[in-house]
Amino acid sequence: MDLVTGKVERLKAQILKTEVELQQLKTQLAELEALPPPPSPPSPPSPPSPPSPPSEAQVQDKSTEISPEWKWPLKEEEYARYGRQIILPSVGIRGQLRLKSAAVLVVGAGGLGCPAAAYLAGAGVGTLGIVDGDTVEVSNLHRQIAHSTARVGMKKVDSLIQYCRGLNPEVKYVGYDDHLTPQNAENVVSAYDVVLDCTDHPTSRYLISDICVLLGKPLVSASALRTDGQLIVLNNPPAAQGSTDGGPCYRCVFPKPPPAGSVISCGEGGILGPVVGVMGVLQALEAIKLIAAGTGKENNSIPKEPLTPSLLLFSANSSTLFRSIRMRSRRSNCFACSASSTLTPKELKAGSLDYVQFCGVATPINILQPDERISATYYNTILASETEERGLLLDVREKEHFDIANIPGAINIPFSTFQTRSRSTSNGDASHLEWLPEDVGSDTPIYVVCRVGNDSQLVTKKLKDMGLDKHGERFIGDIKGGMKAWKLEVDQTMPFT
Amino acid sequence: MAAVMATTTETTGTDKASENADTSTLSIMVEFTGGLEMLFSDQRRHALSIPAVDNNSKPVTIAYLIAYLCENTMRDTRKELFILDDHLRPGILVLINDADWELEGEETYEIQDSDNILFVSTLHGG
Repeated sequence: MDLVTGKVERLKAQILKTEVELQQLKTQLAELEALPPPPSPPSPPSPPSPPSPPSEAQVQDKSTEISPEWKWPLKEEEYARYGRQIILPSVGIRGQLRLKSAAVLVVGAGGLGCPAAAYLAGAGVGTLGIVDGDTVEVSNLHRQIAHSTARVGMKKVDSLIQYCRGLNPEVKYVGYDDHLTPQNAENVVSAYDVVLDCTDHPTSRYLISDICVLLGKPLVSASALRTDGQLIVLNNPPAAQGSTDGGPCYRCVFPKPPPAGSVISCGEGGILGPVVGVMGVLQALEAIKLIAAGTGKENNSIPKEPLTPSLLLFSANSSTLFRSIRMRSRRSNCFACSASSTLTPKELKAGSLDYVQFCGVATPINILQPDERISATYYNTILASETEERGLLLDVREKEHFDIANIPGAINIPFSTFQTRSRSTSNGDASHLEWLPEDVGSDTPIYVVCRVGNDSQLVTKKLKDMGLDKHGERFIGDIKGGMKAWKLEVDQTMPFT
Repeated sequence: MAAVMATTTETTGTDKASENADTSTLSIMVEFTGGLEMLFSDQRRHALSIPAVDNNSKPVTIAYLIAYLCENTMRDTRKELFILDDHLRPGILVLINDADWELEGEETYEIQDSDNILFVSTLHGG
């Protein structure tokens, strides 16, 4: 079965690749034919009036919708649609033809992918491929602007293509409703000229960079979190492994992945819609610039100015919104793009690189004994009980989470405040207790709750290490599963963020 | 005459003091973005005066600055979010006067007065 699936996938990829090649050949031909001004003074491109004698070609070739009288490389409708960008020196008719013959792959149909794909579709790229395995959720909509309330639950790929098709039906759209994997990466990526990394995790970022190096594709990479964004064009120009003419790849810039625990997603850290939108729009811009300038085209062998790779930093709350940083060139010992690299498409496909293991997995914290943890349900019975002491409930989520909704009686001591060290004292205990209400008895039990039950364990441990439990006289423990469990077990109405 | 003398002395004194200041400390701007500012009192820009030479009378480097920041500027105890195995943790870029530190010699770069040093945590969201 796998064999058949593999073959089907390969054939699909091959067909797409061939179609793209065909389109490119057609455009090249049109481009060449358009170059010398037509020998006879060109009659103004009047709307194609019914040609006097219906020619053979017209009868035979209805698919091309271009009447033989039409001697211009683009269709009439395309001049109207793209005219505003064609009149720019950096695009021109040549650039528009290049866009039309280009195939662009957008990996990720989220906050970056939505605006990026929309602008690429609008600009008239020939083929737009979109890869994403997720479905649309309500929490996506504040930033993933191509989806819609009515399309919640739909595959993101289908939703984004539907949006783009509404914008520009001239583009050929190809959807891949699965995540990019080492196994499918080569088949998917090989049919495209430029790749946009609009994903949200280091594992996919390393994979996309590797396959782009192996297949010689320039890569426009962006990311965003909270109020910050980053943009870099990688593997540009996309020279062969070992060639110093090529631009750096993701591994040149980040040879080692960050520790898994330091990777924060938009779901955890938050994200402002326009921030990720700006970055996605910039990705489309960089891709359009690359394509219109003819990067990667063999017939474009004009010596170019040396490219200085640069990283663009966007900071919504900084006095300088944008900042451009000069970056290194290729790393001479890069795992992927150096001469010493042993990375091959075959090896990648065979799964010899475990990207998940390479980037590590943040393991759920489990440092408390079972008797140091209570369930949300049990804490609710404590609240309802008339005999049992309520104790002190510490909610250690950050203030913004706490302010949205909290358990009655909880006091908010954000996790980060427990991390602040006191400069004056060596043990710092005194400053840590500032938050402890004075009227709390010294044996009042302390319960700790957080978002999903990790930070609460760390805080519980810390409080015990500080001696607050008086060697077991006072109960200190956490609520297993945090506010998520509280919503599930006790109060379904509680907003969970 | 006495007044002139006094003025001269004063001026010389000031000059000497500023010369001393020039050789003993460096005024630099250190910035944190991409979430790293959270480890540094939620403050993005820190104008710092750091010693110009280390304990061995060598000019201070980025490696020195990283340790200095951990010791003197960071108020968060989670040092592992900044330093790992005695080096900057992977996923943090250092930019010296708007250029990647790898263009400047990385940890061995000798810090100059009025340098701008930016620490950027890489983002992954999208």
